[in-house]
Amino acid sequence: MAEAVDYKVVGTRPIRPDGVDKVTGRAQYGADLNLPNMLYGKVLRSPHAHAKIKSVDVSKALAMDGVYAAVSGADFPTAAHGDIGGEGGGDVADVAKNVMARDKVLYHGHAVAAVAATSQSIADAALAAIDVEYDVLTPVLDVDEAMADDAPLLDENCFTANLPEKPDKPSNIAAVMQLARGNVEEGFEAADVIVEGDYNIPMAHQGYIEPHACTATINEAGQATVWCCTQGHFEFRSMTAKLLGMEIADLKFIASEIGGGFGGKTVVYLEPLAVLLSKQSGRPVKMMMTREDVFRATGPTSGTHCKVKVGAKKDGTLTAATAWLAYEAGAFAGAPMGPGAMCVFAPYELENFHIEAFDVLVNKPKVAAYRAPGAPQAAHAIEVALDDLARQLDMDPIDLRLKNAVSEGTQASYGPKFPRIGFKECLEAAKAHPNYTKPLPEGAGRGVAAGFWFNVGMQSSAEVHINENGSVIVVEGNPDIGGSRASMCIMAAETLGVEYDSVRALVGDTESTGFSNVTGGSRTTFATGMAVIEACEDIIAQCKARAAATWGVDEDQVEWEDGQAVPAPGVNADVKPLSLADIAASAHKTGGPLLGRASLNAQGAGASFAVNICDLQVDAETGKVDVLGFTAVQDAGRAIHPDYVEGQMQGGASQGLGWALNEEYIFDKNGVMENAGFLDYRIPVASDLPMIDCEIVEVPNPSHPYGVRGVGETPIVAPLAAAANAVRDATGVRVNDLPLSPPRLLDAIDSAE
Amino acid sequence: MSKVQVETRINGEGVEFLCEPQQTLLEVLRETLSRTGTKEGCATGDCGACSVLLDGRLVCSCLVLGVEAEGKEVTTIEGIAGNDGLHPIQQKFLERAALQCGICTPGLIVATKALLDKHKNPDEETIRYWLAGNLCRCTGYDKIIRAVQDAAEELAYEA
Amino acid sequence: MGPSGPCAIDAAMAKVVFPDHLLQHTGGERELDVVAANFRELLAVLESKWPGTAEVFAKCAVAIDDQIYQDAFLEPLQPHSEVFFMQRIEGG
Repeated sequence: MAEAVDYKVVGTRPIRPDGVDKVTGRAQYGADLNLPNMLYGKVLRSPHAHAKIKSVDVSKALAMDGVYAAVSGADFPTAAHGDIGGEGGGDVADVAKNVMARDKVLYHGHAVAAVAATSQSIADAALAAIDVEYDVLTPVLDVDEAMADDAPLLDENCFTANLPEKPDKPSNIAAVMQLARGNVEEGFEAADVIVEGDYNIPMAHQGYIEPHACTATINEAGQATVWCCTQGHFEFRSMTAKLLGMEIADLKFIASEIGGGFGGKTVVYLEPLAVLLSKQSGRPVKMMMTREDVFRATGPTSGTHCKVKVGAKKDGTLTAATAWLAYEAGAFAGAPMGPGAMCVFAPYELENFHIEAFDVLVNKPKVAAYRAPGAPQAAHAIEVALDDLARQLDMDPIDLRLKNAVSEGTQASYGPKFPRIGFKECLEAAKAHPNYTKPLPEGAGRGVAAGFWFNVGMQSSAEVHINENGSVIVVEGNPDIGGSRASMCIMAAETLGVEYDSVRALVGDTESTGFSNVTGGSRTTFATGMAVIEACEDIIAQCKARAAATWGVDEDQVEWEDGQAVPAPGVNADVKPLSLADIAASAHKTGGPLLGRASLNAQGAGASFAVNICDLQVDAETGKVDVLGFTAVQDAGRAIHPDYVEGQMQGGASQGLGWALNEEYIFDKNGVMENAGFLDYRIPVASDLPMIDCEIVEVPNPSHPYGVRGVGETPIVAPLAAAANAVRDATGVRVNDLPLSPPRLLDAIDSAE
Repeated sequence: MSKVQVETRINGEGVEFLCEPQQTLLEVLRETLSRTGTKEGCATGDCGACSVLLDGRLVCSCLVLGVEAEGKEVTTIEGIAGNDGLHPIQQKFLERAALQCGICTPGLIVATKALLDKHKNPDEETIRYWLAGNLCRCTGYDKIIRAVQDAAEELAYEA
Repeated sequence: MGPSGPCAIDAAMAKVVFPDHLLQHTGGERELDVVAANFRELLAVLESKWPGTAEVFAKCAVAIDDQIYQDAFLEPLQPHSEVFFMQRIEGG
């Protein structure tokens, strides 16, 4: 698939530089730092999903032996409204209230107080000694219920945004969004076949295995150091400064290794509390969430109610489509309904469409970004509808998509024309894949779906240091969540023309490298990679200048080839090429150490498409689904380290299958999550899955020196519908809601009989 | 709270510690002894990140009390590599890129050790069921299973 | 100059398109032809036409000739450039 380009290191599969520490237990994650004299911080969480806080009294807790700090909402400065920054973080005042409730609790598990004590057991006892008086209110637990006219309000100051006029009364609808083109009525009139569907998907969690954790210490001058697991320590620093009214320069954030994030570790929860508790106690404070805390008070992604209608001609040409997309925001505004609306029809050429999306407050945890936020739910709706359409047209589902697929120059449903993209290439690769035509076992089904995600660029910094022997140190600011150090080393080695093994990459803290946005948005290999490449080019320019000085020629008479300075063709200089090691060894004579740097705000993140093929069978007695095979096809632009590209595709497939088949937040009528543990919130285990076959399509992104497109998020977009369509194929029964868990499937199969 | 004195062996070394009666072996390893290679993912025995061997048997250290380690031999991730370098399981995890974030990796390697100590030549299904108690959210398990298969082959060759 | 309507230098204008959720700031106008050498100048034109909107537009993502920018400012505009305002894209 790849266009022939002669790379030496890009596209190889070397061992990651941080690997040995991660297979031996040396690597230090968020909860792994123990400091002398350290206290343990813990959080008291609301037992109600919706209540007014009448009073919080921590005095009894503070009086206990071994308790050195206790704080509640009253101890935090009042945060002004404004953008918190970061990925989907939302409003400063909302994040402040989410981190520690002030006048109201808005979900079961909402933080209301925190303590620090000499042991975890004393901290637990201290939490039990805190008195909180509540006025319990009726919780709003469902997106439809929340949108009703007479719904109880979470926030009396919430007036729907993005309407032509400010509404005359508040509601739980925080914002709306519309996208439209053409004439939908005429489009449906021109259709030979119309399909419609109504799809509900409950909240699901990112499910990273490492709970949130941090250790904070602050000195008498107010200078704090925070060690934590985060997707972006610079943004955590900024958020913590805003929530505590601190000077940014007084906060140093060190990113530990991170045990998964998937978007869920892009916003602060514990860090401001740990700093405040450390300030009050004068001692280091370590805070670690339990798994239950993680489920109840962090993450999830929106539960959704989506309606889609699509019309097509007999030959499969789409004539019109509408989408109505309601996303649960949780307790504070900020559901990813915008990306959902922009993604839902993005893969297809449509003259006539209308899309409406809603950001809806409910008494559940505030949602956080989760891999291609908003896209999987919307894609599920349209991709299931297209599957139904293909059945009615008696058309191959890949052919139907090929017939309508966008390509370079197509006006995207979200506005501009597409630049160079690889959707048709992915569809063709899926169609040609042997797994697509492989015979299925008796009773099994096969489903197909496509996925789209924008990807982003954003800000990154990188420095490259050349050691005195010519080995290379890359310093960048993006926590390595899935092998990015290896990718940075590959790109540096390729650019400089040196061996991979001579390059090391490290993630600097907020004081040792320049600002970088989060590791998220599938941006690290693309944007931070670009910064690393530019920093290496800076080194090359310096090396050429030093070689020129050494040889007594002009700089433009020197070229860089295979890691060496050589005289340009036609330059008559009787000199030996100078390698990076040669130039480094004599750097003290030519101007001092070699230090390259680059910072940028990367634009032109290439959109990425994927096509999935899912084979499965359903046990008619139990409703249990067995996934027999899964094929992920995706445009990576250029795979820098194919193992980790495949890893993203396989991991996204696994998460998507979990979401499709089992994962869901289950709440009781009071808004208490009933399955806040890995036993009952069932993510895929090794015995649930087959090998996941990957085909990396490479349609290079013209905006990146090596053609990189982000790959981290797109893999989770298509699996929901691929699995749902396979269940339809296997059982003959269409189930629109997710997850396709045994009880739901059994019900559907039984009622169809 | 009064503490209990416990004598145990960790990775071949005699270790004494004091712990509260309700403290788990996981908490003792991580917080008291700073052996943080063993990870906590759930503390309810559902994720396997805290897998250790207790007298050679695979257990979740979050479901074992610290006091239960009395007189036992505990093997943690820190005890898997020998003086002569990485264990073949660790090496194959690296070669196969069987980790992304790496938080589940110590538990998976300990669980794989327990598997391969018992089954020299496990088939894919056996591997998947042995490792079903070790959650990984990043990889979809594909590369992990392949690493275990490679390690089994290498160990069989060595034997 | 008047940014809309027939104009002598019409041929050298960039076309600016607003999505529904921004129409509240444009008095319902969906499209506008603007003379601007770069995005910074375009924002100034929008601010002078609809005072108080600079911050709203500056926070949007924007596609200039099919390339999406999360933080456009100095990007040059060509005659006949197509500029689409979009909601900012986030990621996980």
